[in-house]
Amino acid sequence: MSAKVNAALPLEYQTEQNRMNILGFWVFLGAEIVLFATLFGVYGVLGERYAGGPTQKDIFIVKDVMIQTFLLLTSSFTMGISIFEMRRSNIKGMLMWLVFTLLLGGGFLFMEIREFIHYVHEGATMQTSAFLSSFFVLLGTHGLHVTIGIGWAILLIIQILQRGLTPITARKAFIFGLYWHFLDVVWIFIFTFVYLQGLVM
Amino acid sequence: MGIKWDEFFVTGDPLIFASQIGIALTLVGALAGLTYFKKWNYLWSEWFTTVDHKKIGIMYILLGVVMFFRGGIDGLMMKGQTAVPENEFLNAQHYNEVFTTHGVIMILFVAMPLLIGLMNFVIPLQIGARDVAFPQLNALSFWLTVSGAALFNISFIIGGSPDAGWTSYFPLAGKEFSPGIGNNFYAVALQIAGAGTLMTGINFVVTVLKMRTKGMTLMKMPMFTWTSFITSIIIVASFPIFTVALALMTFDRTFGTHFFTISGGGMDMLWANLFWLWGHPEVYIVVLPAFGMLSDIISTFARKTLYGYKSMVISIVMISVLSMLVWVHHFFTMGNSAGVNSFFSITTMAIAIPTGVKVFNWLFTMRKGRIKFTTAMLWALAFVPNFVIGGVTGVMLAMAAADYQYHNTLFLVAHFHYVLIPGVVFPIFAGLYFWWPKMFGYMLNEKIGKWHFWLFVVGFNVTFMPMFFLGLDGAVRRAYTYSAETGFGPLMMISAVGSVILAAGFAALVYNIYWSARNADRNIGNDPWDARTLEWATATPVQHYNFASLPEVTKLDAFWHMKKNNELQPLTEDEIEEIHLPSNTWIPIYMGVIFGISGFLLVFEWTIAAGIAALGILAGLAFRSFDYDEGFHVHKDEIFETESKWRKSAKKGVKNHVS
Repeated sequence: MSAKVNAALPLEYQTEQNRMNILGFWVFLGAEIVLFATLFGVYGVLGERYAGGPTQKDIFIVKDVMIQTFLLLTSSFTMGISIFEMRRSNIKGMLMWLVFTLLLGGGFLFMEIREFIHYVHEGATMQTSAFLSSFFVLLGTHGLHVTIGIGWAILLIIQILQRGLTPITARKAFIFGLYWHFLDVVWIFIFTFVYLQGLVM
Repeated sequence: MGIKWDEFFVTGDPLIFASQIGIALTLVGALAGLTYFKKWNYLWSEWFTTVDHKKIGIMYILLGVVMFFRGGIDGLMMKGQTAVPENEFLNAQHYNEVFTTHGVIMILFVAMPLLIGLMNFVIPLQIGARDVAFPQLNALSFWLTVSGAALFNISFIIGGSPDAGWTSYFPLAGKEFSPGIGNNFYAVALQIAGAGTLMTGINFVVTVLKMRTKGMTLMKMPMFTWTSFITSIIIVASFPIFTVALALMTFDRTFGTHFFTISGGGMDMLWANLFWLWGHPEVYIVVLPAFGMLSDIISTFARKTLYGYKSMVISIVMISVLSMLVWVHHFFTMGNSAGVNSFFSITTMAIAIPTGVKVFNWLFTMRKGRIKFTTAMLWALAFVPNFVIGGVTGVMLAMAAADYQYHNTLFLVAHFHYVLIPGVVFPIFAGLYFWWPKMFGYMLNEKIGKWHFWLFVVGFNVTFMPMFFLGLDGAVRRAYTYSAETGFGPLMMISAVGSVILAAGFAALVYNIYWSARNADRNIGNDPWDARTLEWATATPVQHYNFASLPEVTKLDAFWHMKKNNELQPLTEDEIEEIHLPSNTWIPIYMGVIFGISGFLLVFEWTIAAGIAALGILAGLAFRSFDYDEGFHVHKDEIFETESKWRKSAKKGVKNHVS
């Protein structure tokens, strides 16, 4: 509520409302962790129930997964640089790195959709077996988050262009950064517990 | 996608036909009345678009009371059906639908909205704040709850009600055994309402952590704030599990996946685990804030500081941790190993320890207190023995080996009604009587309140006590009828009579609200109960900005000490500053409506249409993103005028209405 500004802090932390929004987003991420943990749990339970359908080894393509991982991890890095530029009040640099992040995220999404289409062509749909149901819903939930993130970032870029860097736009960018890094962390778990484990099983 | 027009309206049952006509007439009447009295504008600008936590709280309470009526009718119908052997009032299918909706509505659309309503109204005042951390999000939470409730409630006239029990176990709840769309209503409506609840949880975690007034450390917070805070944490930790479970249910039913169906490698027990991983903490989500209310009310009317405040805090934290570790006790008989059952048996019994601590603390708070037997206090007193019956029978059920005998009988049904009615409904009634003057500026009638109390408590015991014995005699739950040879008839009849007394008690509450709104004294000052916590330090009813200047706290029971030490100085004109408040917004109610429409289309498995409607949700989010409304400032003159008015009348000595 309070509009009191503490100029000693970074832009996104300057107002009390901003600090609350950031804390609130952390709590929201806590809920997201529970959400993904549940999906991982479901995958852990159903991941070897193939019902005569294909297994992980039959469908996963290592090269494509490596590219996806590379794209998403790099996008997290560029996101970090974008916030770094924001702290230096360099709007141009901030936006440029944000656009890189978007492009990398878009590349990831493109690869993921291609992967899904490929699976479906192979006859591995989410109706085939419990393994594939849990696989598609876990991966799909992550992919949906990335998609929402891309839409979110576009709105963010428009607002920064309209209003420049204010405590409010800085807070929005910072929160988006948290969200994007979170998706990256989730992907590392997917990469480990879905792809790597599936390939060595 | 195959549009299912033939399944659209439920036809053929005279009971439902009558409800359809009744609902249509009520709707037409309400719309015509609002138009005739030109109240649309008032409703829209003062209530539908409000972001004021007090108004949102009151709307939550209204929703809860209305849903209580619906859930209560369901209960009466069940009792009517089982009152005599071989009754033919409801058929098996209808009975299944009625017990399913009774369970869901009572837990999710009665207990939750009433508690969250009281939390909304009271918590910011108790911690000396001007609002919750995220007022707009708060309004969104409310409208999503309304949206979910509306969607769930239309199921019995449009499309057909869910009929697989409030737990909706698979494979029964799957497409194969429940082919209609009833269970889609369950999955989608609870998803929408659950999203609202999750956001409430996030909101209150931040509100309590960040918005406490000067000097109010965590260990100086009133108990209701403490328990609501812990409840909010449990919400954040458990509701996402339900979100996933319901989403997977929707996928199984609508898109043919294999999470819970046996074919295709799915696993029905996965549902049971996910459901209770949320469902058990949910019990504590509703019970803990109720415990907090009792603590505040008992210490107010015993006129003593709460006994063992620290142990109270420790015990709620313990309860919250244990609540996440006991879920398997809901299915001891579904083929777990002895080791698993033993673990969950022990964790379940362990919950009795912190709960026992709390009960003894309340008793010690009353010891040597000068107890005032107000209606609110009566509810708190009645809580103790009744809840203890629920707790003791809970420990009986917690013994895994013995549970093989009791499970799925009316003994279990009696047990959880003995936990939830004294543990949640009694405190809610206590809370309503206690905080009603703060909400509306007049008190509920104490005499009618006592009628309400005695009818309800007696009716409750007459209804549920026989069910313990019926259960021990082998009467299974969820059976729509039984033969005369079982010998269940007489006790079933007593139980049915009890439910009518119970309903009369609820009617007395409704009458009390009506009578008091018309006749009660409006000149009651700001502190009619001689209370202890900060919400009573401000005007009654509360000004829209809550506090003209934020109070400073030095002790537990801050307001009590302020009164005792005469620290309540009148506000001087130069102390008043402009107050910043958020503006009203149409976005939350719009989101509620668009979520409801998308959900409705999804229920009927019109997925393409649902997808198109869901674009409206994204549009709402985008609108919100571009909304840079900075709110408004309350002018000094307005504050000065309001403050001097209520402070004058408070001084005149109408304080301490009941002594």
